[in-house]
Amino acid sequence: MNAAEPVPEQAASWTVRVRRAIDRHLPMDHLLPVRQPYYVGSWVYVFGVITIAALVWVVVSGVVLAFMGPQWWHDSSVGRFFNSLHFWSVQLFFIFMVLHLWGQYFMAGWRHGRAATWAIGVVIFGVSILTAFTGYLSQQNFDSQFIAVNAKDAMNGAGVGAFFNVLNFGQMYGLHIMLLPIGVTILVVLHIVMVRARGVVKPIDPEGGTRS
Amino acid sequence: MKAMGATQEEYYRGVRMVPYDLIKELVLALAGVGILALAVSAILSSPDVAPLTIAAWAQSDPVDFVTTATNELAGSTTSAGYGNPYNTSGPGQAWGPIAPQKWIGTRIPIDSANTFVIQPLERGASSNSNLGTALDTWQKASSDQQGKWTDAYTKALPNATVKDGKVTVPDGDYGPLPVMMSNLLAIAQTGGLDGLLMVNGRFYQTDYTPALLFMGDGTYLAGQAQQWNLLGNQWGMMNETGRYPGQTWLWLYTMWYQVPPFTSPTGFLGINSSNADLGIIILMTLLTAALALVPLIPILRDIPRWVPIHRLIWRGYYAPKAHE
Repeated sequence: MNAAEPVPEQAASWTVRVRRAIDRHLPMDHLLPVRQPYYVGSWVYVFGVITIAALVWVVVSGVVLAFMGPQWWHDSSVGRFFNSLHFWSVQLFFIFMVLHLWGQYFMAGWRHGRAATWAIGVVIFGVSILTAFTGYLSQQNFDSQFIAVNAKDAMNGAGVGAFFNVLNFGQMYGLHIMLLPIGVTILVVLHIVMVRARGVVKPIDPEGGTRS
Repeated sequence: MKAMGATQEEYYRGVRMVPYDLIKELVLALAGVGILALAVSAILSSPDVAPLTIAAWAQSDPVDFVTTATNELAGSTTSAGYGNPYNTSGPGQAWGPIAPQKWIGTRIPIDSANTFVIQPLERGASSNSNLGTALDTWQKASSDQQGKWTDAYTKALPNATVKDGKVTVPDGDYGPLPVMMSNLLAIAQTGGLDGLLMVNGRFYQTDYTPALLFMGDGTYLAGQAQQWNLLGNQWGMMNETGRYPGQTWLWLYTMWYQVPPFTSPTGFLGINSSNADLGIIILMTLLTAALALVPLIPILRDIPRWVPIHRLIWRGYYAPKAHE
């Protein structure tokens, strides 16, 4: 086929349907707008973007740690530094995320059809806690040792201890560096896409409600 | 201000739009957060207190080690009477008919006496005839006789003396236990038991379940944890060793372990200290679901309208005539 030849748009084509859906729900003007409502100038909106920035640092430092292996952060000063960078990036990530959560709560950010965006945000918070928990269990130090012994009772009491065995380093490490970070990343991308698709919610109308 | 189904253009109609550089904002955020994280990492480093080993336990507190091993044989340790998923010796936690620990069954079988004491001794007995004879005596004895030996030995251990790392108890009828325990202690003190509890018939090992359960049955691990404020009744799950922050985001989950009915033996509505883990997991699941469903819950969703924090956040919008 000649590269310059136009592709016939068949209504039944799945590809065409996906392209149209993207054009309809998330055009580039919505995904990366160059103009925003003037009320977006508030400092509270910064919490969302710095949470994303902290997540990027968590992932970058985590990738380096995963590549070098579990002994590296105990035996090498460079490894220890990257472990510290990972540790503090996680702390910053949670601080910023909680500020973002409280900010959105007091702005009732779920209004005007944004309830799902709020709910996905809460799920991100929950999966992030699970990811950090498996990280603390994977540290291979005294803290991870005792947390494992202590936490097994909650997992076993809930009936999940056999499938999420906190005493099994291999399982916790695998979940921490692979499945859970992928889950957090996918959910964050979905959260951002939902925010961009609907736009930023308007300030609370004193005469209106705060329903979704 | 109904906007369900409205396009973004319709939603923003009449709202003053101003230039905004999202990418520049993201890049500046990456740089700012990066500088902050790098600086804190360089200045404060991170926690890395070395983990305990069974060898260190056996060397530092040999009486606790021997007492724990004897209790494993007697079936009186936490792991021996735990219940699922390790064994069926205990009922597990339940709240009325809700008993997930029982439902799930024995999926990680652990026979504490065999796993932590007998099997490691059998592996170490091949070149030790005294130990072999002692093990043979133990295994051929009736459970009633074994119980008398462990009972007598357990009662003698508080009066034990330690010399050169060896534990000696006052004379008594302990059957083969002194020989078995002195050998297990010696194996542990050389680091052999750390390895023997990881033996799984394959070369690679990443599952520390037996070793951690055994260490958790003693008092040495918990004693060390208490010094770092890591115990459950010290808000331990959200703490870290040293002066570092732990999982502070678990504050609400950890808080329930400090208050009734979860600390009470009698409890309330069937929730008490014996099924606190199950009760707290159920409670936190409900609270998390409530947080996700805030947009649908009256009062919770109305609080932002009643509390004027939004007027601080959007003070430019609420300023007289600012949005006209």
